[in-house]
Amino acid sequence: MSQKEIEVILTRQLASYLAMPTFIVDPQGTLVFYNEPAEIILGLRFDETGEMPFSEWATVFTPMDKHGTPLAPAALPLAIALGERRPAHGDFYIRGLDHVFRHIEVTAFPLIGQSDRNLGAVALFWEVNS
Amino acid sequence: MRVTLWGTRGSLGSPGAETARYGGNTSCVEVRGTDDTVLVLDAGTGIRRLGVTLPSSLRRVDVLLTHLHMDHIQGLGFFAPLYDPDVVVHIWGPASTTLNLRSRLMRYLSPPLFPVRLRELPCQLVLHEVPCGELDIGEFHISSMLIGHPGPTVGYRITTARATLAYMPDHEPALGVKQFPLPREWTSGCAVATGADLLIHDAQYSSEEYPSYIGWGHSSLVHALTFARLAEVQQFVPFHHDPAHTDEDLDRLIAEAVAAVPPTFTITPGVEGAIFELGCAEKENGKPLIA
Repeated sequence: MSQKEIEVILTRQLASYLAMPTFIVDPQGTLVFYNEPAEIILGLRFDETGEMPFSEWATVFTPMDKHGTPLAPAALPLAIALGERRPAHGDFYIRGLDHVFRHIEVTAFPLIGQSDRNLGAVALFWEVNS
Repeated sequence: MRVTLWGTRGSLGSPGAETARYGGNTSCVEVRGTDDTVLVLDAGTGIRRLGVTLPSSLRRVDVLLTHLHMDHIQGLGFFAPLYDPDVVVHIWGPASTTLNLRSRLMRYLSPPLFPVRLRELPCQLVLHEVPCGELDIGEFHISSMLIGHPGPTVGYRITTARATLAYMPDHEPALGVKQFPLPREWTSGCAVATGADLLIHDAQYSSEEYPSYIGWGHSSLVHALTFARLAEVQQFVPFHHDPAHTDEDLDRLIAEAVAAVPPTFTITPGVEGAIFELGCAEKENGKPLIA
């Protein structure tokens, strides 16, 4: 497997120190890293899952609105940040692999390197305690 | 290819009796091809001596800058080919997110820091920004990639049909890594170094010093050796020595690091004046000819 770009490597290293759940995806949407706080939401350790393609991670949480209606994967903030290369924020509900129902807010932003290189996107999660 | 170390010191030129053996000039390495193609890796103070050894018949020289920190460009204004109108000097180096390479170089090559402006140099100057994918210069195939060091910084991988040199004089692959190293895929610089016949790599600090300088962009000797082992290089040259380290300090620190991380490759301390012949059939292949 080829080496990641330095911006992605440094983003992972930052994420590994953050208390906020953080996801990093590559330009193809593959989930290339999530940190320990995100492991709690996912219910799986990164060392166990490794990378996950978009089609897998976008549905594994069962994202839904407050009425329980499933959200289209393309409507998720991370998908918007990746596809449209703009920041996006969302407020929705998920049921992770630990089967816990959570209300979360997500802020996602594209990772753009020097020379306008598209390196993927990052999403930060907050659990809403309401 | 023939690789000559003209400057091995990091951060600041450090002449003196206590640094005479390893040398006091800052980063500069000459790479000479069998077709007499000349590459110059970084323009630290060591470049002045290199410049006066080049043949008068030389018509092209390529200076590959890893980054624009002062110890890597301070010798540029003293590089003789820049003042020869018959020579085409290609300078390769990283732009920043807001300034191109020319603007960045002009900050140094202009008053009050230097009396001669970039545009006043008599040579035929051509600037190129890196990383720019892969390129060929003479017999050399060169790739550059951004690596972990403050500000835009690249490492260079230089390959011929018979040998590969990896050059990363300023590099902190252990930054932020809780258990160094991670797999190659997640380690800065591995794309540059993996499988190289010779790796010239930052080894500025001792393990005791490193915690005081985390994030400054440099490696401890132990981290550098660990990186070299991860990259499975054949030969490793600790480089960019701390200006405060004397010859005796470096002998001791390298010996301690080797004891801590038993190498699976040859280690040759980065001594100014050392020459390495790579990709040759002779018995001396890969060994320093002068030390």
